[in-house]
Amino acid sequence: MSASPTASAAPLLAARGLHLSHGATPALRGASLTVSAGETVAVTGPSGSGKSSLLHCMSGILRPDSGEVRLDGERLDTLPEERRSALRRTEFGIVFQFGQLVPELTALDNTALPLLLGGARRKEAQETAGAWLERFGVRGQAGLRPGEMSGGQAQRVALARALVTGPRAVFADEPTGALDSLAAEQVMTALVHAVRESGTALLLVTHDARTAAFAEREVTVLDGTVHDPSGRSGPPAAASATGGAAARRTGEDA
Amino acid sequence: MSTSHVLLGLLAAGPSHGYDLKRRHDERFPQARPLAYGQVYSTLQRMVRDGLAEVEGSESDGGPERTTYRRTEEGARTLHRWLAEVAPPAPFVANEIFTKVVVALLSGADRAGGAGRQGGDDAPAPDPAAYLHAQRAAHMARMRELTAVKTAPGADLSTVLSADYALSHLDADLRWMADAAQRLDALAQEVQAP
Repeated sequence: MSASPTASAAPLLAARGLHLSHGATPALRGASLTVSAGETVAVTGPSGSGKSSLLHCMSGILRPDSGEVRLDGERLDTLPEERRSALRRTEFGIVFQFGQLVPELTALDNTALPLLLGGARRKEAQETAGAWLERFGVRGQAGLRPGEMSGGQAQRVALARALVTGPRAVFADEPTGALDSLAAEQVMTALVHAVRESGTALLLVTHDARTAAFAEREVTVLDGTVHDPSGRSGPPAAASATGGAAARRTGEDA
Repeated sequence: MSTSHVLLGLLAAGPSHGYDLKRRHDERFPQARPLAYGQVYSTLQRMVRDGLAEVEGSESDGGPERTTYRRTEEGARTLHRWLAEVAPPAPFVANEIFTKVVVALLSGADRAGGAGRQGGDDAPAPDPAAYLHAQRAAHMARMRELTAVKTAPGADLSTVLSADYALSHLDADLRWMADAAQRLDALAQEVQAP
């Protein structure tokens, strides 16, 4: 995406006043969050607080009911699904708790997939994919299918796939949630090294304090609003109504 | 645990002098408080007195003269006994965080009852919830620092594991604080019951 000159000073990603309901259940109630280029941000909060919904809206997977999401200062949420889908493929990398690798494909083909979908030639796509598998220490598993790998290896392949297109931002939702603690540490270390070296921003949703500590900055989602101690994302929309309860509740969850 | 046990372990590799022992200690335990040279020296003296180590000789290598020490048989036995000994798993719970929460609730009870008005009436009421919130932020900041140390390019395994040791303990504190924050009202009732 080419940023216009006036937008060059804009943050990489900015969500403003997001509202989202799943049926009758409100998930986001005026959530705002600003992320700069190359920055790593942990999003923590109790389960059901809305942190995954925030990630889905900011990565363009879901469209908020109201509010806006900007990438390089330009509206992302109002784009038609086809354009958002293309942006997700080229500008974003996405990792979930369970890798979402295609079970029928080898690690190498899984990793090359975003490049192939973007029109790259097979040989080049596989070369780039192989280099990323190497980077995450799973080159030796290149020919294996997801079911033939350990959970930690599968998550490393998912990370390689998320970074293979050289995205501007990686969105990770509980990326270590299904791993034992040593595998989790190794996956997180590999992830922060990779985003740091490539200058990629990281939005990391987690309920785990040790995982959150891998990010430079932490924001907390409570009852669908974002509490950002740095003050950079603006005040939470419902701060005056829930301030006391929020102060009490932020101790609740790592 | 004492410094002499660590020095006995370092001396297992062969005779060594005080400065070298200090340097190797600090390298092996990167997140620990660095050993003061004076402490190394006085510990070595004590080990010689107790028969755990003896003076091997002195070397100057062109620089100042340095006394080298080696481990005795008795020193090796003492070390092996200590290594096999189980450390008592925290026999007393005297954690400052827990103590602060309970004392805050106790002093809050004085206020609520109007009793014990012994001055300081204008001081703000203790707020254990706000305290836990602030303590959590301080813990998280320290966890970010330790994580940055262990993910720095070229960090060796000693650095990673010593940071992980500290991170595990801070994480345990955080889990406890999260539970306590949710149960503060019930704890207040219990603590403040007449």
